[in-house]
Amino acid sequence: MSGYLAVIVVVLIFVVIFQIAKASEYVSILKGEKKAREQSNRINGFLMIVFLVLGLIGVWYCHDMLDDSMLGEPASDHGVGVDGLIKVTFIITMIVFVLTQIALFVFAWKYQEKDGRKAFFYPHNNKLEVIWTVIPAIVLTVLVAFGIRHWLRMTSDAPKESMIVEVTGKQFNWIVRYPGKDGQLGRRNFKLTNDSNNPVGQDWADSLNHDDVIAPDLHVVVGKPVKLIIGSRDVVHDVGLPHFRLKMDAVPGIPTTLWFTPTITTAEYRKRTGNPDFVYELACDQMCGNGHYSMKANIIVETQEEYDKWLATQVTQYSQAHPAPEAAPVAPAVPADSTKAVAALTK
Amino acid sequence: MSNEAKPHSQDFHHHGHEDHGHEGHDHHGHDGHDHHHEETFISKYVFSMDHKMIAKQFLITGIIWAIIGAFFSVLFRLQLGFPDATFPWLESILGHWAEGGRITPEAYYALVTMHGTILVFFVLTAGLSGTFSNLLIPLQVGARDMASPFMNMLSYWFFFTASLVMMSSLFVQTGPASGGWTSYPPLSALGDASIGSKIGMDLWLISMALFVVSSLLGSLNYISTILNMRTKGMSMTKMPLTIWSFLFTAVLGVLSFPVLLSGFVLLLFDRHGGTSFYLSELFVQGKVLPNEGGSAILYQHLFWFLGHPEVYIIILPAMGMVSEILAVNSRKPIFGYLAMVGSMFAITVLAFLVWAHHMFVTGLNPFLGAFFVLLTLLIAVPSAIKVFNWITTIWRGNIRFTPASLFSIGFVSTFISGGLTGIWLGNSAIDIHLHDTYFVIAHFHIVMGVSAFFGMFAGVYHWFPKMYGRYMNQTLGFIHFWITLVGAYLIFWPMHYQGMAGMPRRYFDYSNWASFNQFEGLNAFISFVVIIVFATQLLFVFNFFYSIFKGRKLTTTNPWAATTLEWTTPINPGHGNWPGEIPEVHRWAYDYSKDGKDFIPQTVPVSPDESGH
Repeated sequence: MSGYLAVIVVVLIFVVIFQIAKASEYVSILKGEKKAREQSNRINGFLMIVFLVLGLIGVWYCHDMLDDSMLGEPASDHGVGVDGLIKVTFIITMIVFVLTQIALFVFAWKYQEKDGRKAFFYPHNNKLEVIWTVIPAIVLTVLVAFGIRHWLRMTSDAPKESMIVEVTGKQFNWIVRYPGKDGQLGRRNFKLTNDSNNPVGQDWADSLNHDDVIAPDLHVVVGKPVKLIIGSRDVVHDVGLPHFRLKMDAVPGIPTTLWFTPTITTAEYRKRTGNPDFVYELACDQMCGNGHYSMKANIIVETQEEYDKWLATQVTQYSQAHPAPEAAPVAPAVPADSTKAVAALTK
Repeated sequence: MSNEAKPHSQDFHHHGHEDHGHEGHDHHGHDGHDHHHEETFISKYVFSMDHKMIAKQFLITGIIWAIIGAFFSVLFRLQLGFPDATFPWLESILGHWAEGGRITPEAYYALVTMHGTILVFFVLTAGLSGTFSNLLIPLQVGARDMASPFMNMLSYWFFFTASLVMMSSLFVQTGPASGGWTSYPPLSALGDASIGSKIGMDLWLISMALFVVSSLLGSLNYISTILNMRTKGMSMTKMPLTIWSFLFTAVLGVLSFPVLLSGFVLLLFDRHGGTSFYLSELFVQGKVLPNEGGSAILYQHLFWFLGHPEVYIIILPAMGMVSEILAVNSRKPIFGYLAMVGSMFAITVLAFLVWAHHMFVTGLNPFLGAFFVLLTLLIAVPSAIKVFNWITTIWRGNIRFTPASLFSIGFVSTFISGGLTGIWLGNSAIDIHLHDTYFVIAHFHIVMGVSAFFGMFAGVYHWFPKMYGRYMNQTLGFIHFWITLVGAYLIFWPMHYQGMAGMPRRYFDYSNWASFNQFEGLNAFISFVVIIVFATQLLFVFNFFYSIFKGRKLTTTNPWAATTLEWTTPINPGHGNWPGEIPEVHRWAYDYSKDGKDFIPQTVPVSPDESGH
């Protein structure tokens, strides 16, 4: 019922607006085209300046209001650089934005058609045009230089002492593999993949695989560079790390890498934000299907001790795939997407 | 620029098209005087070869698509703004796709995908460039019709067929394509990976292939008409900027659309031919797939090799029309004509060299990434020149506010806003954070969505009198403009902040995310504005169709006191445009307020005592 009412109200508003518009057209014919044009010029010229003033206030208001909703300080060394670059770019573009918008709307208001005003025949001015070609070019060169410097630093080879973690995307969750004590990940072969005991297709013939651990969450050590080896089992995903200001696609068949040094532990971040429930999240940032929006993993930044302790409690994937006859079967570390499969496996 | 008439183009025209040209002149000349001769309903309104009618066909088809595409955005904004609410009427129109009045994720992704596809290709490419290139090229260069009216007709009907196929995909049982308008494989290649990648995806690809054919037929025609069929005296540097923009647009289309088509054909092979162009090492729905050795990234290269020029295909015609409309309504020449042409040329060239900035985080070689950063930020220079030149054009003008000039000013405003955020995203070290967030949505909606629409609205209001011999209602136009301008900023400006907060695009629901669920109120606000802005567009649509039949009639052939050739034709020009001889051109298109005269049409010879410029 309220739906129909809403439709009726909207239609009525339409009719009213239309009648006003139609009437104003008749009035303008009666008044003469010139007079009508003068009036509409005045109104629209005035609105130009109103829009400019309210708009700029709105820009400030929006910035102020959403300030609390922004991400906190970056939790990685790379992130600090990204934020710095954003800040510089923000200031430069904001200055250009304000100046050009003011020029545009003030000119539009100031030079509205008036009796006796003559437009100024001004087809070109080479000097002026050179100036506003060169200045943007210089400013952009500076931004490019800063940007590329930081980009090449971020995408350089990971430091030798980095810990290695493999992140594999699948519809619709993440599988994280840790190399275990040997610090090396074992070989993979996608043909060996199965959801019951080998979610990333580890080749058991490679003994490096035997101590590898698989978990649903990403554990990293504060202050220690981590190199993510990123892949996908099915479609293109993307490892999005908003708090670390980083992102890298997960492409089936083509491993990608991303390294950074986490600088703030989860516990510390909780303290700093005063939010006891704070948790770093890993979001899928590439459209990957109907469950895209739910493809999440938690990231735990912890001290080396905490990490070692956690790792020690984990059961290797090898032993899960090769259970000793007397041992009770263990649920796979990574839940398969379909609940039915999980149920079948845990039986 | 010299003001002497250069007859070479006419010579060229005669040499190159001797038979056609003469036959065309005689035949059409006759036609212009004697209208009803052999014009049936079908040949006049359906299978028309008159560029003006084809332009109207493109426009009206585009408007219908725009309503559908925009309505889809209203539907998915309902989900984003009010994720907990139910809307029973949704179930009435979408059936099981909105069971209980709430859109399902499958439907959400289908709506998002179709919204993008429809708006980018069917509205802002076919509806914008198709309409105004067709309408204005022959009229403004002084030709009786396109180089090949028949190909031109085919161009529309390929577009129409593409539209039918795309439309039909909305009604198949498994739904339309739902992998995003970019349709990245493997998601788009594997029916098992997503319900939208079943038959809906095939229809999407077939429709897009037909669309590419339509675009190529149109573009080749535009290029040959501009290069070969200019009237006597219309040297390239005397052409209005609209024509330059259509020329560059067509060149971009001809060079990049075939690459997209090849990408789509390979995708079809992967889907049905057992090939592995894009597929490698896959494990889907519990099964290991046999494909090995393909590259999912290859598709992205092929796609963005069109995809990036595509944004210029969309924006260049808008730029051309805005330049023209700002000059006419400021009663001033466009400032820096040659710089405007030069910057459009620079944009056209650079458009082919920046595509990989969409792929900074795909694992692209970082060195290559750095190269694309440089070229991407380089393209901001010609864009900046254009903005400064537009602003200088209105400076010390005598501006008439018509709906067309308002939308042109709005275009410059949104082009600045959206262009500046391009400097953020073009820098890979910032993109690595903002990629695929709402910041990107804000950026491209403002710079190519809203701006291009503003250019299109400006064009429709400005050339409507030429199309239908009537005016659109001005007051409705003013209301339309102000609500749309304010609304567009209210919708997209806050999204920059959502993006900076890392909020990913294409999420059906944010409630499970501690990092992104703080924007509930803002999302609802945006959705609310979307509904108002959408309703306002319906006002425009109503104004458009109402004015075709009931608008105030034109009493003069040149309602805006403009210099260009289209206003030298009769109020309702027949097929062939000019009843008599095609007028000769003596000067550029921007002699406004020169030597104390309000304007001097292009057809007026240069008098010896006239000042130069």
